[in-house]
Amino acid sequence: MLYDQALLRRLTEVTGGSGDEGGARQVLIEVAQSLADEISVDHLGSVTMRKNGEGLGRHPRVMLSAHLDEITLMVKKIDSGGFLRLAQVGGFDPRTLPGQEVTVFGREPLLGVIASKPPHLSTPEERKHSQPLDELYVDLGLAEDRVRALVRVGDRLTVRRNTIDLAGGRMSGKAMDNRASVTALVICLEELCRLRFGADVYAVASAQEEIGAIGAMTAAFRIKPDLAIAIDVCHGEMPGVEKDRVVPLGKGPVVTLGPRIHPSLYRRLLDTAKRHRLPYQLGLSQGATGTDADTLQVVAMGIPTALVSIPLRYMHTSVETIVFSDVQNAGLLLAHLIADLNSEFVEGLTCY
Amino acid sequence: MLLKALTEAFGPSGFEDEVRHLLREEVIPLADRVSTDALGSLIVEKNPDAEGSRVLFAAHMDEVGLMVVGIEDNGLLRFRPLGGVDPRILVAKPVRIGAERRYGVIGAKAIHLQQPEERTKPFEMQQLLIDIGANTREEAERLVEIGDPVVFATEYEEFGDRRAKAKSFDDRVGCAVLVELLKQPTTLPLTVAFTVQEETGLRGAGPVAYRTKPDLAMVVEGTVCFDVGEAKSHEQSTAQGAGPALSVVDGKTIANTKFREFIKSVADEEAIPWQYRRTVGGANDAGVIHLSEMGILTAAVSIPTRYIHAPAQVIHLDDYHNTIRLLSAVIERIEKGGHPIS
Repeated sequence: MLYDQALLRRLTEVTGGSGDEGGARQVLIEVAQSLADEISVDHLGSVTMRKNGEGLGRHPRVMLSAHLDEITLMVKKIDSGGFLRLAQVGGFDPRTLPGQEVTVFGREPLLGVIASKPPHLSTPEERKHSQPLDELYVDLGLAEDRVRALVRVGDRLTVRRNTIDLAGGRMSGKAMDNRASVTALVICLEELCRLRFGADVYAVASAQEEIGAIGAMTAAFRIKPDLAIAIDVCHGEMPGVEKDRVVPLGKGPVVTLGPRIHPSLYRRLLDTAKRHRLPYQLGLSQGATGTDADTLQVVAMGIPTALVSIPLRYMHTSVETIVFSDVQNAGLLLAHLIADLNSEFVEGLTCY
Repeated sequence: MLLKALTEAFGPSGFEDEVRHLLREEVIPLADRVSTDALGSLIVEKNPDAEGSRVLFAAHMDEVGLMVVGIEDNGLLRFRPLGGVDPRILVAKPVRIGAERRYGVIGAKAIHLQQPEERTKPFEMQQLLIDIGANTREEAERLVEIGDPVVFATEYEEFGDRRAKAKSFDDRVGCAVLVELLKQPTTLPLTVAFTVQEETGLRGAGPVAYRTKPDLAMVVEGTVCFDVGEAKSHEQSTAQGAGPALSVVDGKTIANTKFREFIKSVADEEAIPWQYRRTVGGANDAGVIHLSEMGILTAAVSIPTRYIHAPAQVIHLDDYHNTIRLLSAVIERIEKGGHPIS
């Protein structure tokens, strides 16, 4: 496998906030050059990597959608003293922020620290208080005039984190949501280079999912696929969370069943996993999946949509943790689903 | 680079070996005698048999950290703090564990899975666990041991206006200052002590003072600095870039006025900026050194450290260099016959 942990590390360590996905987009386009027949970027910033199928006649059109954006922070105000007040683009838990190092993307990238009051000075009452986002601020170690020259309101910032290898193939870092799935897309494209398939594949790294699955909508409208599969992360098991809301890490990608998922496509994914002896787990949804799948299902005349997820612990923190084999197996599952497709199955998706 | 090597070294209270090893290598070429005591403090002497005031400088090697105290069935590690750590700054941070410096992360329940009322309460120490990638207790037991010490996984880097961030500036910045002082030629009987276990109750410095019996002692610390945001002036303690901070009173010590005035007069004559440490809480090794035997004339000089006891602590490099300049000038003054009580 050419695309391994190193790609995921690279994709997670660059920055790409919602509506500002440039950093991650650049790496992805570079990597996908040799794997796709055509790469395009649309008006919202989604990247479409097209891979053409073999054969004459109309090819089924398959869209894969993994969002490229990550949750980021934004400079809301420059306080006296040059300290930066913060807004969020995507859902942070402010309790995960005090004491973090950040990179502020001002006129140049700037290292900063999110301030935390030392225990020597905080009162017992203060220590029982969790600081909401509007009480937090960034220290750039610069005088106010320098800060004002280098940073503007609206500039983005991310938590600064090198991706860490833990034991058992686990990797931990920021933006595993959803660069793990973007890596699975690349693995799928790479596997398709080895397989024969008749569908035209549109692998989309979609923009602006974290603020409402926006990019997938316009990309799907442009592509008008016969079927679509969203790839995202789902909650991995951890203490303090009911077992039925989470899945274990390392036991394979999750295939979701629920009202927003096309039933035959769901079954097809399970059959594909079984036929190719790929591990998988079952995910259950009773409505919103909180992924691009929700959007894709209702684009234009409606699209048969499925969801493949990679289990992830500590979602929306800077230590999001996954097992790399789940990423690989998600990529392989998608590739085999595509290779095993035929027009008959695709046409049958609208026949109930 | 000394500050980088020292701050990245692994040494929570009681587990200072790596720091001691690094310092020993640094000081052997600079000293006449290097020894360790029963608790593990490193004692470095220059001109031990010379005439003149016997001066002791002390900085502590240990840093605040954590200790693994249990392994859950699911392979996650329970921990408790070594020294004063606010659990709120542990959330979503990487750490390094035990002899192999194994990486772990302190995770937090995803915001999506929290009840609204959970979101307004801080995480408590017992809700936080270290994830090393083990799935079961047995797997974890093969990778770490109960009792393994843990430190923040922070790298030293310079940024902003002559700032540096690292873990453990409290008190590796003091250790670095003392190594620099040892490089200066002197005729005084000078002792530099790198002490252990300051963060868990000022344990190491007392035995060092008893053993070395100095006439004068100076403690060099990374101290509280909160000159940020909307902090009220009385909460700031010190200001960054305003020079070394002289202690007046803290939780353990009323500093000797004459000794402080002596250091101030040296600073003023050398045009080195200085400031007072303006809070009364906290303590440092001076708290035990000044009470050794019949009492020892002691002063504390500190480098203001923002976000002390947190993963990314910040100093101003000018304060670091000015502390070296000031203490170096103090040594010269004493060498020339100056003394705080004269």
